[in-house]
Amino acid sequence: MLVVVEQFLNGLQFGLLLFLLAAGLTLVFGIMDFVNLAHGSLYMMGAYFAATFVAWTNSFILGVFMALGATLLLGVVLEFVALRHLYGRDHLDHVLATFGLILFFNDAVRLIWGPAGLVLPLPSWLTMPVQILPGVYYPAYRLSIIVVALLVAALLYWVVMRTRVGMLIRAGASNREMIGALGINIKLLFTLVFGLGAALAGLAGLMQAPILTVQIGMGENILILAFVIIVIGGIGSIRGAFLAAIFVGLIDTLGRAFLPDLLRMVLSSTAASTAAPALSSMLIYLLMAIVLVVRPEGLFPAAKR
Amino acid sequence: MKKAFWLAGIAAMALTQPATAGDTIKIGFVSTFSGPTAVIGNDMRNSFELALDHLGRKMGGKPVEVIYEDDGQKPDIGKQKTEKLVQSDKVDFIVGYIWSNVLLASLKTAVDSKTFLITANAGPSQLAGELCSPYVFSTSWQNDQTPQAMGTYMTQKGVKSVFLIGPNYAAGKDMLAGVKSTFKGEVKGEEYTVWPSQLDFSAELTKAKNSGAESIFVFYPGAAGVQFLNQYAQAGLKQTMPLYTAFTIDELSLPLQKDNAIGVPGAQEWVNDLPNEENKRFVADYRKKYTGKRPSFYGAQTYDAASLINSAVVAVKGDTSKKDEMKAAMQKATFKSVRGSFKFGNNHMPIQNFYLQDVVKDADGQLSLKTVATIVKDDQDRFHQKCPMK
Amino acid sequence: MKSLLNPRNAVVALVIAGLLLLPVYSAVSGNLFILTMFTRIVILALAAASLNLIMGYGGMMSFGHAAYLGIGGYAVGILAFEGIGSGFIQWPVALIASALFALVIGSLSLRTRGVYFIMITLAFAQMAYYVASALSRYGADDGLTIYKRSSFGPLVDLSNRTQFYYVCLACLFGGIYLIRRIVNSRFGLVLQGVRSNEQRMQAIGFNANRYRLVCFVISGTICGLSGALLANNTDFVSPAVMYWTRSGDLMVMVILGGMGSLFGPVIGTIVFLVLEELLSQVTEYWALIMGPLLLLIVLFARGGIMGLLGRFSRG
Repeated sequence: MLVVVEQFLNGLQFGLLLFLLAAGLTLVFGIMDFVNLAHGSLYMMGAYFAATFVAWTNSFILGVFMALGATLLLGVVLEFVALRHLYGRDHLDHVLATFGLILFFNDAVRLIWGPAGLVLPLPSWLTMPVQILPGVYYPAYRLSIIVVALLVAALLYWVVMRTRVGMLIRAGASNREMIGALGINIKLLFTLVFGLGAALAGLAGLMQAPILTVQIGMGENILILAFVIIVIGGIGSIRGAFLAAIFVGLIDTLGRAFLPDLLRMVLSSTAASTAAPALSSMLIYLLMAIVLVVRPEGLFPAAKR
Repeated sequence: MKKAFWLAGIAAMALTQPATAGDTIKIGFVSTFSGPTAVIGNDMRNSFELALDHLGRKMGGKPVEVIYEDDGQKPDIGKQKTEKLVQSDKVDFIVGYIWSNVLLASLKTAVDSKTFLITANAGPSQLAGELCSPYVFSTSWQNDQTPQAMGTYMTQKGVKSVFLIGPNYAAGKDMLAGVKSTFKGEVKGEEYTVWPSQLDFSAELTKAKNSGAESIFVFYPGAAGVQFLNQYAQAGLKQTMPLYTAFTIDELSLPLQKDNAIGVPGAQEWVNDLPNEENKRFVADYRKKYTGKRPSFYGAQTYDAASLINSAVVAVKGDTSKKDEMKAAMQKATFKSVRGSFKFGNNHMPIQNFYLQDVVKDADGQLSLKTVATIVKDDQDRFHQKCPMK
Repeated sequence: MKSLLNPRNAVVALVIAGLLLLPVYSAVSGNLFILTMFTRIVILALAAASLNLIMGYGGMMSFGHAAYLGIGGYAVGILAFEGIGSGFIQWPVALIASALFALVIGSLSLRTRGVYFIMITLAFAQMAYYVASALSRYGADDGLTIYKRSSFGPLVDLSNRTQFYYVCLACLFGGIYLIRRIVNSRFGLVLQGVRSNEQRMQAIGFNANRYRLVCFVISGTICGLSGALLANNTDFVSPAVMYWTRSGDLMVMVILGGMGSLFGPVIGTIVFLVLEELLSQVTEYWALIMGPLLLLIVLFARGGIMGLLGRFSRG
C-alpha cells in the first residue's frame, strides 16, 4: 500500500512539473493563437541560466530568481524581434518558424556551454529524503516541486480570475479583435503574456534541472507532452491544463510502475519487461486520442469565438 | 533562375570531392558529435587525433586522412554516413560507433563493400556471434562481458540479492543479461526504461526500494548516468541499498556526478592508472594536449583502434589493397594496447582482463577513477562459438 | 502568368531534368554517394508530396505522417524477416496496411479540427511508434535489418543502385501524376471547395468528411509506398522513422517548398536535405544557420520557395 502512495506522489510531482510547462504554452496559444514549438527551448534556457547563475552567485535561491528574470527577458526579446510578426499567420508558419528557433537554440547552447550539459547542485537542505507518513520517505526536493507548482497554479488562478490583467487575458482568449477595439494596448499585452509564458517555461526547466537534466535538446520530448496536455485540457484553459497535467503525470508514472507486473501475468517475463516501457509511454497518447474522439475540443474548451 | 543554377553549382561542387586513392591512408570515423552524447564522440576524436600525433600522422610511410562523420545517435543517419564514407570517400578503414543500434544498422554496408570496420565501443552480441565478419574487428568488448565481470564481483563479495535497472535497447538488454549470467544470488526484479527519452527514474527507484533486494545494478551510459545517480542519492538509497554499475561512471560523467559517485564500484576493461608504458604516455599526453580534460575508456579504445590500424598498414607497407594480409596482421594483435594484455578471439573480439574501479579523490583533490582489483583475467565473450569463423 | 516560360516552370523543368540525369552524372564522376543521397531525397519527396495532398489541397494538417513510412517499412521488413521476399507480396501489403491505418485513424481524427487535428494525428503516430518499439521479435527499439531487398523476379533488381533509383523516381513521378489527376478531378475540386468553405459545400449537399477521409486514405497509401521504398533503401527499419520529429521534418519540407503546389514538396525536400548535408560539411554548427534561415523564409517568403518564384514571375 505504501508503494502505491509513493508512486502516486511520483506521478503527482511529474504532472505538476508538466503543468508549469503547459501553463505558459496554453496561455500563449490561447491568447495569441500562436503555436510555439520553441517553448521547449525556453525551458532549456531556464535550466542553463539557472545552472550558470547558481554557479556564479553560489546561492541557489538568488541564482534561480536571476534565471527566471533572464528567461522572461529572453522571451520578451524573442517576441519583439521575431515572433510578433507572425501573429495572425497560419499555424503552419508558426510551426516552421519556431522549428527553426529550436535548431538555433540547440546549437547556440552547444556553442556557448559545450555539449556536455551542466549540473545544478541542490543546497544541502533539499538533498535528503523526509518522512511524510510513518515508514514513507520521500525526496525533499520532489516535495518542493509539488509545493512550488501548487503555489504557481494558485497564483495564476488569482491573476487570471481576479485581476484586471487577467480579465484582459481572458477577454483576449475569447475574442482577440474585441479587446483591441476597446483601446487596450494589445501589443504590450501580448508581449507581457509571452514573457510570462517564457518565465513559466524557464521555471519548469530550472525546477526539473536538479533531478533530471540540463542538456541540449532537453525541451523537445517534454514539449510534446506539454502539447498533449493543453490539447486534452482544452486550449487556453489554465484549469484544463492543470487537471490534464496531473492526469498525464499519474498515468505515465503509474503505468511504468504497475504495467510490467500486469503484463507478466500474460507474457513471458522478458517479453513483458521489453514491451512494458513502450506500452506505458503509449498510454498518454491513447488517453489523448480517446479524449479528442469523445470531446473534439478538449475537456475544457475555451468559450466559443 | 540564376539563383537555382548558383545553388546547383555549389551543391555539385561540395558533393563531388575528388576521389584520390593510393597516396594517402583514408580513415572514416563515425561517432556522435551532436546532441548531449557528443561528449563521448569528442573524447573518441581527441584520442584518435592524439594517436595520430604519436604516429607522426603517418602510417606505413603514407600520410593519414581522417573524415569525421556525425551519426546523431540515430541508426539510419549512421548508416547513411557509413555509405557516404564507403561510396564517396572510398575509405580504407571505418572506425568509431558508440551505439549498438547504429553499428548494427551500418554493418552491412561496410561488410558488403569489404571495408575494414573497427568498432571502438559498440559490442552487440550478434556481432560476436552469427554476424561476425572477417572485415570487422573490435577494440572494445562484447556488451555482456563488463556486466558479467560485475556479476562475478558481486558474487565474490557475497551480495545476496539485486534489483536490475537499464535502458530498453540492444546494449541495455545485453548488460542485464550479462549480470544475470554470472551473479549467483537472487534477482528480485528487473526494469527497463524508455531510451533515450526517459530521464525520471522515480517509479523504478520506488520499485527497487520496495522489492526487498539488498542492492541495485544499473547500466546508464552518458548523461542518463548522471541523472540516475542524482535521483538515487536524493531518494536516500545510498545509505541503504549499495549500487553496482557498468558503463555508468567514467571520466566524462564524473565532473557532473561529483560526490554522488564516490564509493560506487564499476567494472571496466581499462582504467587510467593501468601500469603500462603505453597507457602512461596516452594519459599524460592526453591531459597535456587537451587541458582540463581526462581520457575515458571510450578514448582508450579509440586510441587502440588507431594503433591496430597502424599495425595493419605497416604490415603491408602502405599498400591497402592487400586486404588478406592486413586482416592477418590485425588478427595477431601485435600492437601495444593501452590496457596491456590484448588478444583477439576467433570472432575478432578482444580477450582481455576486467578490473574493478572505484571513485576517489586524487592528489589535487579532483575526483578520479582508480583500479581496485582485477576481477577476471583473459575473459572471452560467451558468443564466440556461434561465430562461423574459426 | 499563363506564359510557360516563368521562373517557376523553369525551375521545375530543371529539377525534373536533373533528377532524370543524376545517375549519368554519378557514373561519369564516379561519385556513388550522390546517387545514394538523392535516392533518399526522391523517396522522402514522395512522402512529402503525399502529405501535400492532404495539407495543401485537403486542408488537413497531419502531424503524424511519418507513421506510414514506418508501416510501409515494417510491412517489408517483417515479411522479409519471415522469409517472404517477393515484392509482389511485400509492396501490396505495405500499401494495404497503410490504407487501413489511414482509414481507422482518419475516421476518428476527422471528428476534430485545426490544432486538435494536428495533435490527434500526432497521438496516433506516436502510438504506432511505441507499438513498433515493443515488437521484441522484430528488434524492438533497435530496429530490423533487411538482408535482402524486395525481389521482383527478372523484372528489376533493387540491389542495383541505378535501377533502384529509377524505380523510386518512377514512383515519385507516378505519385505526383496521380495527385495532379486527383486535384483536377471533380473529387479534387469538391475537396478544395470544402477547404475554403466547408459550410457552403455541406449546404450544397456534399458530405465534407467523406471527401476528406478518402483524400486522407489516398495520401496515407502513397506515403506507405514511400515507406516501403525507404526500408529497401536503408536495408533497415526502426521505430525511429515514425518518431514525431520525422513527421515534423516532412511538414517542414512541404511548407518550405510551398504548400498546395504540385512540385513544391519535391523542391522543399531537395533544398532541406541538400542544405542539411552541405551545411554539415561546412560547419558542425549547421543548425545555427539552418534555424534562422527557416525563420527568415517564413517571415519574408510566404508560400515557400514556390511562392517566392511565383512572385518573381509576376514581377
